[in-house]
Amino acid sequence: MSTAATDYTREFPVVEGRPKAAELDATIAAPLDQFPSRVWWIAISITLSFLSIGAFCIGMTLYEGLGLWGVNQPVSWGFDIVNFVFWIGIGHAGTLISAILFLLRQRWRTGIARFAEAMTIFAVMCAGLFPLLHTGRQWLPMYLTPYPNQHGLWVNFTSPLVWDVFAVSTYFIVSAVFWYVGLIPDLATLRDRTTSKIKKTIYSVFSLGWRHSNRHWQHYERAYLILAGFATPLVLSVHTIVSFDFAVSVIPGWHTTVFPPYFVAGAVFSGFAMVQNVLIFVRQAFNLKHIITLDHLEKMNKVMIVTGSMVGYAYAMELFIAWYGGNQFERFVFLNRALGPYAWAYWTMVSCNVIFPQLFWFKKIRRSIPAMFAIGILVNIGMWFERFVIVVTSLSRDFLPSSWGHYTPTLYDAGILLGSFGLFFTLILIFVRVLPVVSISEVKGVIEGGQPSHR
Amino acid sequence: MKEKQQFSLTALFDTPDEIIRAAHETRSAGYTRYDVHTPYPVHGMDKAMGLRQSRLGIFVLIFGLFGAVSSVLFMTWVTLVDYPLVIGGKPFWSWPAFVPVAFEITVLMASVLLVVTMIVLYFKFPNISHPLHDTPYMKRISSDKFGISIQVDDPKFNEREVREFLYKIGGKEITPVYFDLEDLDHGQTMFDPKFLGVLALTAILVSGATYAVFNQLMFMEPFSWMSTQAKQKAQRPSDLFKDGIGMRPPVEGTVARGFLPYLFKGKPDEAGKNLVNPLFATKEVIERGKATYLTYCSPCHGNFARGDSRLRGQFPNPPTLHSDKVRNWPDGSIYHVITEGQNVMPAYASQISRDDRWAIIHYLRVLQRAHNAKESDLK
Ligand code: HEC
Repeated sequence: MSTAATDYTREFPVVEGRPKAAELDATIAAPLDQFPSRVWWIAISITLSFLSIGAFCIGMTLYEGLGLWGVNQPVSWGFDIVNFVFWIGIGHAGTLISAILFLLRQRWRTGIARFAEAMTIFAVMCAGLFPLLHTGRQWLPMYLTPYPNQHGLWVNFTSPLVWDVFAVSTYFIVSAVFWYVGLIPDLATLRDRTTSKIKKTIYSVFSLGWRHSNRHWQHYERAYLILAGFATPLVLSVHTIVSFDFAVSVIPGWHTTVFPPYFVAGAVFSGFAMVQNVLIFVRQAFNLKHIITLDHLEKMNKVMIVTGSMVGYAYAMELFIAWYGGNQFERFVFLNRALGPYAWAYWTMVSCNVIFPQLFWFKKIRRSIPAMFAIGILVNIGMWFERFVIVVTSLSRDFLPSSWGHYTPTLYDAGILLGSFGLFFTLILIFVRVLPVVSISEVKGVIEGGQPSHR
Repeated sequence: MKEKQQFSLTALFDTPDEIIRAAHETRSAGYTRYDVHTPYPVHGMDKAMGLRQSRLGIFVLIFGLFGAVSSVLFMTWVTLVDYPLVIGGKPFWSWPAFVPVAFEITVLMASVLLVVTMIVLYFKFPNISHPLHDTPYMKRISSDKFGISIQVDDPKFNEREVREFLYKIGGKEITPVYFDLEDLDHGQTMFDPKFLGVLALTAILVSGATYAVFNQLMFMEPFSWMSTQAKQKAQRPSDLFKDGIGMRPPVEGTVARGFLPYLFKGKPDEAGKNLVNPLFATKEVIERGKATYLTYCSPCHGNFARGDSRLRGQFPNPPTLHSDKVRNWPDGSIYHVITEGQNVMPAYASQISRDDRWAIIHYLRVLQRAHNAKESDLK
């Protein structure tokens, strides 16, 4: 096993050992059949407490209004937008793994795709929360959609904020559909395995009556391919459009053409860090080490070096263009980022995103669970601060010194951020108990002897 | 008791190689109503079964184009026809700005409708009462076996022959599968009172909830906080003042903008002496005077001030304004007539602004000069 990993000319086995297909069923479905362990209860009680803190802060925000937050003129985008961009970014890894790697015929994705897709959906849910809260009158979200209303008004189709509404909701729907289509055969397998009557009814309903017929598989595979083909440009478009929220404005530090690729790379970067972090726990807790192997984690770390370096390049380019472009406001913004009142945030971002991930060049670190876990966490801290730096430094000091300000988040801001983590991990904990975290049918197809030898 | 009705004869296989061969043989043997069941897609099976390529791609093309075209048309209609609005000084039809939304809608339509088409049209799902469901055969397939099921409605079907054939190609556990009798004779369920009851209940709940949210909840605290503001609205009572009226009359002596009191009320002579036209006879002023004259004065005085009223005797004809008298009047006297009226001519102070009155006078002078042109004017 370790020799296969060292010899990079050979592709490593997607699944370690030679599990029989029936054993796979048992391993993957095990968490669904057992009563949750103590660790699970402890974990969910922690995440639920976070979630309730968040729910309390959101409730207060609904009741009292946005005055509870730290936002004000000139920094009218604060934690809410930072968190939104952060969570959308986290979501990007899932679609990348399930769609782009599928198109690139990277078979190693099978072990982690289902989980990453679920993470995408949960992350987009967390992300969607923030712009809604940010609107101030959260009970009137229908105004975000172009529907024929009594005012005769439509949304402004030339506004990036409206593009955002379309991009994020499309992304959510398509990811959910993609995920569900992948789940159908597995739900059928679960339906045929279970002995409980209630579970059987639920699985029967959601598997729609799947019977593993090849006449169905044929269309199913085609549909999966087409969906992957659509999800690929979609995932690139989503963070591109999120970056338009900034790039289409005229605020110094935002108004740059490098934003779309820079945001997409950053999104994949942080998303992979999050997937890697969570998978480390999942494979440990559910005995999936031979399906989600160390090789998988190593590959993810490699993706992180690539995207991390792209992000580093973007930082350098921003600085260079600020100097080379000769716009004094632009130049000031970048000096202010590195040396001004938020310099600590800037340098946290640079060290976490550019410097630490470079340690992954060492194979020892790339394959050491504690080291990669720590770096993964640092990357996510760094990526959160990247969004903070972009949003806050540009707004707090733009053109007129007389209208400069300083942004200080309140406890409510922090509480809602904590709550979003609580929501995310609660959903994940529920997910690992009710649905197979690894695609059973896909993994069966890639184990040794799973495909005909075409003798 | 009714007789059991057979659906198919099934056989299980252990490895992917075996099932590919078996599928191939079944097809060569001329069976058409059969299916192969595998726990995951097996490479080469479509070829072995001789299936045509999936046509889903065509549907996706149609759905995608539909999404793209309809979204662009919709945005065009909104920005050009229904509610044109200048945004950022850009043209109404700023098509580059439509690209993101059009793209998202294309992807959304194509992928969601693709899945719906596949499930409904191709799979005929949801259907959880297929005879193969819940059979030991299906349970084995779901896990790790591969199977072939040859249906009774195949034209070549013959219980004994098929059994022998399946045995010959290496099938194990050859078993017949029967229809579930209950599923076979399901009566009319559309008008089942239970179903209707659920429908009615849903309708009541949904409309009730909609009413409660939009007509009640939105007017409760805190949702109503935006509309309950600490301010006095016009025409509303107020406890703040003794008379209970919210609107206050202006302080005595207040002069509204543009309504300076006229100093020469009833004194045409003084007006003629003291008032001076504050406007210069520029082209713009004369144009303005012409427009105002044609609007307010021409019905009685005629388009050229000749006293040729258009009112056909319904109102006393005014004199011509080209008389020596009016021509020699100072501007102030004419101003006085417009402001206060004269005998039957009504006052125009409330309809024509001060500046417009002066502009009219400039225009009147133009008319008078033109009407009494001298030889020297032609030079
Ligand atoms: C409702 C019809 C009517 C309109 C409209 C009207 N006038 Fe007159 N105007 C009269 C009549 C009738 C007289 C004669 C009053 C009188 O007998 O002294 C008159 C008299 C005058 C005179 C005095 C002429 C004189 O010889 O004493 C002037 C100057 C004059 N109008 C200017 C205007 C101007 C300028 C306007 C447009 C703002 C105007 N009028 C609009 C009906 C009208």
